[in-house]
Amino acid sequence: MPSDFISNLFVFILAGFVGFEVIKRVSPLLHTPLMSLTNALDAIVVVAAIIIAGRHETTLSTVLGVIAVAASFSNMVGGFLITDRMLRMFKTGKSKKS
Amino acid sequence: MSGVTAGQLIDFTYLIAAVLFILSLKWLSSPITARHGVLAGEIGAALAVGATLFNPELVQFKWIIVALIVGAGVGIPLGLVHMTAVPQRTALSHAFGALSATMIGIAEYYVHAPKVTKFGMVEIGLEVIIGSLTFTGSLIAAGKLQEILPQRPITYRGQNVVSLSVLGAAVILALILVIHPEYTKLFPVMVGVALFFGVLLVTPIGGADMPTVISLLNSYAGLSAALLGFVLNSKVLVVAGALDGSSGFILSVIMCKAMNRSFTNVMFGAFGQVQAGAKAAGEEKVVRSANAEEAAAILGSANKVVIVPGYGMAVAQAQHKVRELFDALTKRGVDVKFGIHPVAGRMPGHMNVLLAEADIPYDRLLDMEEINSDFPQTDVALVIGANDVTNPAARTDTSSPIYGMPILDVDKAHTVMVIKRGMSPGFAGIDNPLYYLDHTLMLFGDAKAFVGNIVRELGGGHG
Repeated sequence: MPSDFISNLFVFILAGFVGFEVIKRVSPLLHTPLMSLTNALDAIVVVAAIIIAGRHETTLSTVLGVIAVAASFSNMVGGFLITDRMLRMFKTGKSKKS
Repeated sequence: MSGVTAGQLIDFTYLIAAVLFILSLKWLSSPITARHGVLAGEIGAALAVGATLFNPELVQFKWIIVALIVGAGVGIPLGLVHMTAVPQRTALSHAFGALSATMIGIAEYYVHAPKVTKFGMVEIGLEVIIGSLTFTGSLIAAGKLQEILPQRPITYRGQNVVSLSVLGAAVILALILVIHPEYTKLFPVMVGVALFFGVLLVTPIGGADMPTVISLLNSYAGLSAALLGFVLNSKVLVVAGALDGSSGFILSVIMCKAMNRSFTNVMFGAFGQVQAGAKAAGEEKVVRSANAEEAAAILGSANKVVIVPGYGMAVAQAQHKVRELFDALTKRGVDVKFGIHPVAGRMPGHMNVLLAEADIPYDRLLDMEEINSDFPQTDVALVIGANDVTNPAARTDTSSPIYGMPILDVDKAHTVMVIKRGMSPGFAGIDNPLYYLDHTLMLFGDAKAFVGNIVRELGGGHG
């Protein structure tokens, strides 16, 4: 078993715990923005896609990498955009006066 | 400090990004700090992407830039969709996330094949299978939510056996590849089988189960990103994937609890087939109905009103009329709150977003646990386009398919009013005894038009 696996598992388990503790505190009010925000954060796979596309090892890997960059970057841009749009709509009675 | 390499600097930036991602979710816990959370996430993502462009391994940038432009070109319109389209947009973004992770996994395999270690092959196989099934499964879910595909569950005999056999086949192909990584021709077959399984997995699931399914697909999309982090030994992917995966998992558990069902039951139970209708056909039951004028008179003289919205409100696009009703009643001194069931609508939190969009203050939106104790002191519970989540049979009738499901206790209010197109059963195909209670008034008609008429009767419309 490669040593990388153990260190990755370490990070995975700890991040999972942190995620669990942080996310269970999110009010049900914001569950839709939660899903679109985590989706945007998950789009960080774009960094791996950029490396696959930019290393230019084989034609196939470059093509797959380019598709992956486009797909994940669209999630990143769209995810942050829609999350912010949704959150801007949540107002209290006091701040509603406009 | 000598000998800090570019690679180490990039890794350090990734660490900062990972910390910002955690803060981003932490700040989302309250609507007051939530927008800081988005900003933190954006800064983290921008830092990580920016740092990656300095990776010395990159030899060509032309196609990266083209792909980033295409991605932004697709992402911006998807970020600007109407709020009613958010569920299908979310399903589509799960599909994109899974597509991206799958493409990278496939590329990684072919770059190294046949010199892939057995352990590396286990990781790639698992990653590509989960990514592929999430991709097609999410596309099917998006198609159902967009109503390109039928929302009713599509079922046939022996379905579960077929589906599980297909999944089994994908796993066996992966195992063969672990033993013989040089059988490169088997790899696309495995991907194809996993893609097919995604279709089989979501096709039988009905519209009412979408909140659970979309959460579960969210979790899988996160898991595939985390597994990709294992494959590429990238900690920032492991962290982001673990956060996304745990978020989807928590939401799935909440959705399942809110329906009193297990994961297996949602995935393999094919709810939503219309009940044999044995009981409904028996006796002719009496309902009392009212028109807009009568409804307005009752609402106008109430002290406390709780509005219970459901998917029907979203379909009828009635949320802005509901806001007018809220304003008209509030102006008369009526205390108006909203009671929101966790599975109301097509995704977690769906109703809150629609009502917030219509400018209803969020401190008026209460979830099931907060509102249920209020119903006995409530003068009028007004149900708009919700059905199964108000069905009292869930509390009392052990033979009901939804027995045990936590519901909004609208029947405990002094008067119940239900806006509904007709007497047809809800998505789950279950008759609702609420409609036959003595203190229930049925308001037949389109939700948007009916609420508009009530507002006009109250004299508080905006033209």
